[in-house]
Amino acid sequence: MDLKEKLVSSFLAFEDGLDLDNPVHEVRSAAIKNFEEKGFPSKKEEAWKYTSLNSIQKVDFSIFPKKETALEYKDIKKYFLHEIDTYKIVFVDGVYSSYLSETTHDGVDVCLMSSAFSKPMFRQVIEVYFNKAASKDESLTSLNTAFSKEGAYIYIPKNKMPKKPIQILHLATGNEAALMLQPRNLVVAEDNAEVQIIERHQSLTDNEVFTNSVTEIFAGKDAIVDYYKVQNDASTASLVDNTYISQKDNSVVRVHTFSFGGKLIRNNLNFYQNGEHIDSTLKGVTILGDKQHVDHHTLVHHAQPNCESHQDYKGIFGDSSTGVFNGKIIVDKIAQKTDAFQQNNNILLSDKATINSKPQLEIFADDVKCSHGCTIGQLDEDALFYLRSRGIPQKEAKALLMYAFANNVLESVRIPELKARINKIIANKLGVRVGFDL
Amino acid sequence: MAYTEEELKKELETKEYEYGFYTDIESDTLPKGLNEDIVIAISKKKNEPEWMTEWRLEAFRAWQEMEEPEWANVTYKKPNFQDISYYSAPNKKPKYDSLDEVDPELLDTFKKLGISIDEQKKLAGVAVDIVMDSVSVATTFKKTLAEKGIIFCSISEAIQEHPELVKKHLGTVVPKKDNFYAALNSAVFSDGSFCYIPKGVRCPMELSTYFRINQAGTGQFERTLVVADEGSYVSYLEGCTAPSRDENQLHAAVVELIAMDDAEIKYSTVQNWFPGDKEGKGGVFNFVTKRGLCEKNAKISWTQVETGSAVTWKYPSCVLKGDNSIGEFYSIAVTNNFQQADTGTKMIHLGKNTKSTIISKGISAGQSQNSYRGLVQVSSRADNARNFSQCDSLLMGNRCGAHTFPYIEVKNKSAQIEHEATTSKIGEDQIFYCNQRGIDTEKAIALIVNGFSKEVLNKLPMEFAVEAQKLLEISLEGSVG
Repeated sequence: MDLKEKLVSSFLAFEDGLDLDNPVHEVRSAAIKNFEEKGFPSKKEEAWKYTSLNSIQKVDFSIFPKKETALEYKDIKKYFLHEIDTYKIVFVDGVYSSYLSETTHDGVDVCLMSSAFSKPMFRQVIEVYFNKAASKDESLTSLNTAFSKEGAYIYIPKNKMPKKPIQILHLATGNEAALMLQPRNLVVAEDNAEVQIIERHQSLTDNEVFTNSVTEIFAGKDAIVDYYKVQNDASTASLVDNTYISQKDNSVVRVHTFSFGGKLIRNNLNFYQNGEHIDSTLKGVTILGDKQHVDHHTLVHHAQPNCESHQDYKGIFGDSSTGVFNGKIIVDKIAQKTDAFQQNNNILLSDKATINSKPQLEIFADDVKCSHGCTIGQLDEDALFYLRSRGIPQKEAKALLMYAFANNVLESVRIPELKARINKIIANKLGVRVGFDL
Repeated sequence: MAYTEEELKKELETKEYEYGFYTDIESDTLPKGLNEDIVIAISKKKNEPEWMTEWRLEAFRAWQEMEEPEWANVTYKKPNFQDISYYSAPNKKPKYDSLDEVDPELLDTFKKLGISIDEQKKLAGVAVDIVMDSVSVATTFKKTLAEKGIIFCSISEAIQEHPELVKKHLGTVVPKKDNFYAALNSAVFSDGSFCYIPKGVRCPMELSTYFRINQAGTGQFERTLVVADEGSYVSYLEGCTAPSRDENQLHAAVVELIAMDDAEIKYSTVQNWFPGDKEGKGGVFNFVTKRGLCEKNAKISWTQVETGSAVTWKYPSCVLKGDNSIGEFYSIAVTNNFQQADTGTKMIHLGKNTKSTIISKGISAGQSQNSYRGLVQVSSRADNARNFSQCDSLLMGNRCGAHTFPYIEVKNKSAQIEHEATTSKIGEDQIFYCNQRGIDTEKAIALIVNGFSKEVLNKLPMEFAVEAQKLLEISLEGSVG
């Protein structure tokens, strides 16, 4: 039985454990129908031209993990950004771990999707927002919607801001030989609210893990949302991350994606601008080695006038790794005075590494400023010589230049401790100690 | 007093297709439809040797298995391939020694087009191989070229007289099964041009061909093959106009260029086929496969000015096979009213130290859609490959669209690839500046558009540059507010 059949047939079993009168039930049923019709995307589809899910479909994933495992905080501490105090929402093999988490209902709601689905006090929010930004057409998103049950639920009311940043951590223990996870997150920042979120997926063993995650983010008028995705997973973990962001007037949403690890990562990042004077920022640093594969697929849909978007993706590819960037900017007829900028810079370190870049523009309005740039090149030989002539060994000199290359993206990270952590990961990845943080 | 925007729009929309006339010449036309018999009949009519007939049949069989591509960013009513006549030739086919013998009506056509043969002969120094509905009826300057050993003739003539050259090169760059339209062309191509430049020869004049689609309901399937032997140079011009017809006309041409070691080919196109009227009715479907192969140190340069056709689907490409070879692509694509263009290039870097440059300027007005689609591919063995791409789009009004779909695939660490794209409109301050100096809005726009396209216009040979500028003016003026 292939994975698609297995998923479709286990939907019935999944439904058994749920409240069928819940309006969400209809959404789930419609979604599984769409997935059943479309199946897993194949390389024949333009959007999946460079990324194949074939190998994943061959694995016999366990969809509902059976037993729970207790983890000690000290064992997993290193996966947290533990230098600062944060709210934590932790899932172990897809199951919420209250022992490791720290949630709140004090003015803001930082809790679980499962309670948001079942408790009447959240019903209104679920009705207004759940599955409203996510695609109803895309098959993997539909698959997640069909099995949506657990994940992070973050609701920030008008004019509020949580006391500290929020961390979402998905752990896979490796109790199952192969595990498939489908977390579903909902983030709502009402008018003039502000929130900072860090998300991480981590596999604790070398057992295969496939995560198909969907996150919906809603930013109300004047709201500010910062979302950081840290992707530094084990080399047997694959991730398809679908993020849908819907913004209203004057809101600012910044999504940073740091891709350093994992076997196959596909990021579908979609911004929908439903108001004026919106600012959307999409930034990413990708540093890969081995046979890793990272595919950044971004969409910014400018549907209203006077908005901005900034995209900046940097990639460094070594060994036999593959990097894909597919950025799309759509400017509707009425979205005059749009300022859309897209940049993708890449460095190839090995002849076995591959980069496929496709920065696209689709523009229907005439009074706009839209540009994109894409480069593929090497480190500047002169700069390298300059550093070496001053006694810096080649390896360190190279690393310094790569730091500089990626630094633009790090500049806009607003949590200093996170920035330091990312710097450390980059240093590790490049195998050097430069002795200072940038 | 300058035009108001409304007046300008009106004038532009009602601007009749200037070259829209129809010549009434008796034609020898095959019945509509396509099957193996038709393919054999075409081959027979042209007295082709057996290997050619077999080649066509192979292509036809492959074509039957293929599906029409749908990935391009264009929408149109698919042509009914059984409702097209695949062969039409002017029925009198003598070889003329002087112009007096040519059908006066045909000569009239040329006069309307402004390409009087004698004038061309005397003034421009251009040898013109005129293709009138698929069969070559007049070839000039052959003698001058023959002295240098250059072969420039229709492809059917080449099949008769230089079968070894044709057999060796035909289909090597664009295989007969390459794509749907290339396969169709390979099966039914009626005529086209063949050009061979021997080793070390620099072609003394610009070679040019004027294509015209003439017969109503007749598809035109041109096949062009240009072979530049080692160390040679040739500049080839191609220009097109077509009479107004309500029925959509299909044009599926194939152009193959082969530049051997140290050779250089410059291929320039001005395309001004009937784009359809202001309601988007009629117009030519232009589905073209153009590709060049560069051997060591060779260079191929494509320059195109695309102003016509209702639907354009065209990607002149370079396969940079040899070390140190160079590929260039300069393009202006203008769309107005309901025109749709999906055009661009492919640069395939295979050899070491290969270089490519892409400059593409897209101008959309009215309710047209203009797309750039390009591929830059660097294989793992192509050390030190270098590419620079620039795609600029100019939008006039907010009912049109500009799209960019660049594909960049790199597998070599020493590659240096740069891609840039911008989208903008003509600034009101720019127009105001011109108005202030007594230049009316219409002229100002022509001026600004010319400036926008200058990088590409500069690459055109003199003979074409003037015509191209005129075309830009006709297709564009005044469609902005």
